[in-house]
Amino acid sequence: MDRSQNHIHGQSAANFCYQFGSDNPLLGMGIQQQFAPFTSPFGASSSTNIPHMDWNPATMLDNLTFIEDKIRQVKDVIRTMVDNGGQLPCRQGDLTQQQQVVNADLTCLIVQLISTAGSLLPSLKNSSFLSQPPAGHMDTVNHVGSSSSFIPNATTISEENKEDMCSPEDYEELFKGFTDGAMEGGIEIDNVFVEEQDAKDGDEGGDASMDGENLPPGSYELLQLEKDEILAPHTHFCSICGKGFKRDANLRMHMRGHGDEYKSPAALAKPPRDASVEHELVKRYSCPFVGCKRNKLHKNFQPLKTILCVKNHYKRSHCEKSYTCSRCHTKKFSVMADLKTHEKHCGRDKWLCSCGTSFSRKDKLFAHVALFQGHTPALPADETKNSSDQISRVGSHQEPAKFPSSMGSSFMWGTSSSDDRGLDVKGLAGCSEDILSTGNFGSFNFSFGPADGFTGEPSGSSFSVLPPEHFQSAQKKGKN
Amino acid sequence: MAAASAAHRHSKRCRLSPVPLDSLADELLFLVLDRVAAADPRALKSFALASRACHAAESRHRRVLRPLRADLLPAALARYPSVSRLDLSLCARVPDAALAAVPSSLRAVDLSRSSGFGAAGIAALARTCPGLADLDLSNGVHLGDAAAAEVARMRKLQRLSLSRCKQVTDMGLGCVAVGCTDLRDLSLKWCIGITDLGLNLLALKCTKLTTLDLSYTMITKESLLSIIKLTNLQVLTLVGCIGIDDDALSSLEKEYSKSLQVLDMSHCQNVTDVGVSSIVKSIPNLLELNLSYCCPVTPSMVRSLQKVSKLQTLKLEGCKFMADGLKAIGSSCVSIRELSLSKSAGVTDTELSFAVSKLKNLLKLDITCCRNITDVSVVSITRSCTSLISLRMESCSHVSSGALQLIGKHCSQLEELDLTDSDLDGEGLKALTGCTNLSSLKIGICLRISDEGLTHIGKSCPKLRDIDLYRCGSISDDGVIQIAQGCPMLESINLSYCTELTDRSLMSLSKCTKLNTLEIRGCPRISSAGLSEIAMGCRLLSKLDIKKCCEINDVGMLYLSQFSHALRQINLSYCSVTDIGLLSLSSICGLQNMTIVHLAGITPNGLIAALMVCGGLTKVKLHEAFKAMMPLHMLKNVEARGCMFQWINKPFKVLYIFFQPACLPLRYV
Repeated sequence: MDRSQNHIHGQSAANFCYQFGSDNPLLGMGIQQQFAPFTSPFGASSSTNIPHMDWNPATMLDNLTFIEDKIRQVKDVIRTMVDNGGQLPCRQGDLTQQQQVVNADLTCLIVQLISTAGSLLPSLKNSSFLSQPPAGHMDTVNHVGSSSSFIPNATTISEENKEDMCSPEDYEELFKGFTDGAMEGGIEIDNVFVEEQDAKDGDEGGDASMDGENLPPGSYELLQLEKDEILAPHTHFCSICGKGFKRDANLRMHMRGHGDEYKSPAALAKPPRDASVEHELVKRYSCPFVGCKRNKLHKNFQPLKTILCVKNHYKRSHCEKSYTCSRCHTKKFSVMADLKTHEKHCGRDKWLCSCGTSFSRKDKLFAHVALFQGHTPALPADETKNSSDQISRVGSHQEPAKFPSSMGSSFMWGTSSSDDRGLDVKGLAGCSEDILSTGNFGSFNFSFGPADGFTGEPSGSSFSVLPPEHFQSAQKKGKN
Repeated sequence: MAAASAAHRHSKRCRLSPVPLDSLADELLFLVLDRVAAADPRALKSFALASRACHAAESRHRRVLRPLRADLLPAALARYPSVSRLDLSLCARVPDAALAAVPSSLRAVDLSRSSGFGAAGIAALARTCPGLADLDLSNGVHLGDAAAAEVARMRKLQRLSLSRCKQVTDMGLGCVAVGCTDLRDLSLKWCIGITDLGLNLLALKCTKLTTLDLSYTMITKESLLSIIKLTNLQVLTLVGCIGIDDDALSSLEKEYSKSLQVLDMSHCQNVTDVGVSSIVKSIPNLLELNLSYCCPVTPSMVRSLQKVSKLQTLKLEGCKFMADGLKAIGSSCVSIRELSLSKSAGVTDTELSFAVSKLKNLLKLDITCCRNITDVSVVSITRSCTSLISLRMESCSHVSSGALQLIGKHCSQLEELDLTDSDLDGEGLKALTGCTNLSSLKIGICLRISDEGLTHIGKSCPKLRDIDLYRCGSISDDGVIQIAQGCPMLESINLSYCTELTDRSLMSLSKCTKLNTLEIRGCPRISSAGLSEIAMGCRLLSKLDIKKCCEINDVGMLYLSQFSHALRQINLSYCSVTDIGLLSLSSICGLQNMTIVHLAGITPNGLIAALMVCGGLTKVKLHEAFKAMMPLHMLKNVEARGCMFQWINKPFKVLYIFFQPACLPLRYV
C-alpha cells in the first residue's frame, strides 16, 4: 500500500524532527538521516554535534520521490471527487471534507518543495528553519481518508502551533542553541578558555551548584560581548532586505512579505526547543568596559548572568543617559524601561533631596543624603513657599552642586530584571548567528546605520572613544 | 548702690571738668562700665546720661540686650550697635519683621520664650546674621521642618536648642545636620517627631557635637550606636527615652566612647540594672551618671560601676534600692563626690552608714525624703563626710534635734543645707555658727526654731543668700531683723505664714539691696508701709508674693510701680488692692506674671484696663468668674500679644480666723 508506506515514512520524519530537530533548528524535513556523515563547515567540535546542511544528491532524490508520491495521492483524491461529483450532489459535507484534505496535501507539497529547493540556495541557509515541517501536519496528511475524525484533530494541532509561535521561552531556548553554535565557533564572541575536565566536573557536580547565585570561577563559561554588539538595537536581520528586528518572531512575520515560501506554517512556526542545551555549561558574561567591576579583569569580578543583564548594565553604567523624564525633566535614564518605570511613579515621590532627586521612601532619601556631601533633605516646595511669603525679601535658595554621575545607577540597580531576558538574549544570539551562517558582514554594518539614528546617539561617538580592538587586546593580555 | 552713686559723682565731675570723658580710651571706659554694671545695672543708665561721650561709650560697651518688648527692638538695636547677644526671653511675641531688622554682628539669639515668629523670621535672621553661633528656639511648638530648614542655613551655628519643637521631623533635623556641621551643643528634648533616621544622619554629619540632649525623643538602638560613636560627645542626655532598653544598651557592648563624661538616663522606664551594667563598660571616662527613676539599684549593677573609675557624680533619685545596693556604692564607687538618693526606697540606716563611712570625700549628699533614716545615719554622715558642702535632708523626720546639732559641729564647709520639716531647734542653729560659708539655708516647717536661733545665723553667716523660713510660726520680727542685719548678701527670703511678722521685718529687709525674691504670703500683719520700704530699698526685687496679706492695699502698689522696675512676678490674691493699685502696678513694663485671684476691690473694667496697659504679660491667673464679665475681644487681644490666661476656680477661703479674729474682713465670692 502506498498510503501505509507514506504513513510510516512521514512518521519517521516527524520523529526525527522532534528528536534531533531540537539539536539544530536548521534541519530540514525528512533529510536528517543523511547529515551525520557530513562535517560542519565551521569545524565544530563533535560534542556540540551540529550537522550543517549541505547539498546531497541522494537526499534530493529521496525528497523528490516523496513529492512525486504525494502528488499522485492528491491526484487520486481529486479524481474520485470528479467521479462522485455528478452522482451524489446532496453530500456536501463529504465534498468540503475532501477539499480540505486536498488543501492540506497541497500545502505539504509546497513545504516540501521549498525545503528541497532551499537546501540548494546558500542565502536561504540561515532562514532554513522556515522549512521545518510541522510534524502534526504530516500526520494529518497521512491520515487522509482513513479517519473521519480528521477535522477536530487538525484544529487542535493548529492551536498548538499557534501557542508555539507565541511563547517567548521557546524562542529563547531556540536561540540559546543558535548562540551555542556561534560562540563555540569563537569567531565573534571572545571565549574564555575553560578546561574540558573542569567543564565535565561542573556538569557532573550537579545542577544545584550551577543554579546557585555565586558560581565559583571556572565552573561557568565566561563570555564577553563587544560594545557595538551590546548596543545594537536589532539582533535579527532579514537576509533579503537587511531590515533589523528585535525579535525573531517579528522577523518571521516580516519574511512573509518576501514571498509565499515564507508563509507556510512551517516557516512561520517557532523552532522547537533544543534538548541538549540543558546539558551545556552555565554561561556568565563579562562587561567589556575595562575597570568595571563586571569586567573579568577586575579584582573582585562579579559576572553578569544573562545577555540582557549585560545590555542593561552597560547602558546604565557606561552610556550616556539620553532618556529624560517628561514629567520632572530632571531624571535621566539610559535604559528606556527604567524611564518608563520612573515615569509611573514620578511626582508621587514624597521625599526630595536638594539635588532634585526624589525618593519614594524616607530611609532611601536619608541614605542618599548621608552618602553625598552637601546634599540636604528638601521640603516640598509649597511648604517652604508659604513660610517665606510672609517676608518679601527672600534670598535665593542655594542648592549644592549636582552630582549627575553614578547616581542613577546606584538606585536603579534593583530594577534590573532577568524576567524578559529571553527577548534580548535571543536577539543578540540571532545577530551573531546571522553573521556566522551567512558571513554577510555587509548586512550587519548596514543595520547599524538606522540604529544610530533611532537611539538618537551621536553616531559612532561611543565607538570612537575606545575601539573594540582595544578591549579585545586588553582581554587577550588579561588571559595571557 | 555705692557704685551707682559713684557713677553719679563720676558723671557730675566730668560735666564740670575741662577734660571731657571722651579723652579716655574705650578700653578704660569699658573697664569702668564693667564695674558699674556688676554693681547695679541701672547705674549704666545714669552713666549714659552724664554726657554725650558717656552715652556713646555706653552704647558701644553693651554686648547683651534683653528688650522688654519686641517693638522696642529697632530703637534698642540702633542705640547699641555692638550687641552680640540678643535675649528675647522677655518678649512674648516676636514678629518675623523684628527678626529681619537685627544687626549682623549678633552671635547669639534667644527666642526660647517667644512666639509669633515662623520660618520666615528665621530665614531673615539667617540672612542678616550669617555668623550666628548660638540660637535658642526652645518651646517653638509652632515651628516645623520649614523653620529647621532655615536654621540649617546658619552654617556657623555651634549651639542650637530645639526643645519642644514637636513639629520638627527627621526632614528638619536632616537639614540642620547637613547645614550646621559646626554644631557643638544640640538639644532635641521633646522633639517627638524625630526618629532614628534623622539621628543617624546627625551623628554622621555633625561630628563635632559635644553635648546632645535627646530627652523624650523616640530614639532606639538603631541610632544609639552611631550617637555613642560620636568621637567628641561629652554630655549625653537621654531622659525619658522609652526606646532605650536593655537590648539597646547591650548592643553597645563592643563600642567604646572615650569622650563621654556625662550620661543622664533618668526616667528611662525600660532600662534595668542589667542594661546599666552593660553600658558602663563602654564609657570608661564617665564623670557623672544619672539613673534617677530608671532602674532598681542592685549590688551587681553597682559593682559594674567599678569600671568607671573617674565617676564623681551619681544620682539615684527615686530608685528602689535592693539589699546591699547602697553598701556596694560605698565599696565600689570610692571616687564619688556627689551622691543623690532623694526619694529612694530602701535606704536604711545600716546601709547608708556603711556607704558614707567609705565615701569620706563626699561633697554633696542628697537624702531628701529618705524617711527611714534616723540619728544613726546622721551620726555616721557627720563623722566621715566632714568636707560636705551640700547636705539636703528635707523630710527626714526621724532625725532628732540632737543629731542635727552634729551637722553644724562637724560639717563646717557647708554652703547649702536643707533641713526642711525637721526637728531642728535653736541649739541646732547655734551649732551652725561654725558654717561661715553657708549661702543657702532651708529650714521651713521647723516649728521649734526661734528668734534666738536666727540671731546666731545672722551673726555667723554673712554669705547667706537664700533663707527659707516657711511656716516657722514661732519666729518674730527680731529674728528677721537679725538675719537682715547680718546677711547683706541676701537675695531671697521666704517668710510665708510666719504670722507674727510685722512691717518692722520688711523695714530691716529693705536694707538688703540685693534682695530679688520676697515671699510674705499669709503674713496678715504686714501692711503697705512695710512693702513701700521694700520697694524703695530693694530695687532689684523681681519676685513678690503678698498673697493673703490683707493689710496691703493700693498704697503699696503705688510704691511698687514707682520704684520696683525690676518686678517680673507678683501674687496679689486676697489682698486689699483695687483697680487703682492694679492700674498703677501695670505701669511696670517688665511685669510678666500676675496672679490676681479673690480680690474684692477689682472690677472687670479695671482688670481689663490693667491687662491692656501691661504689654509684657505672659501669664495671668484670674478667677473664672471674670471670664464671663470681660469682653471676649479684649481677652483675645491680650492673648494675641503672647499672654496666657489661667482661670482659677477655687472657692474663697475665710482668712485669718484663727490668727486675728478682730481684723477679719469676711469676704465671699
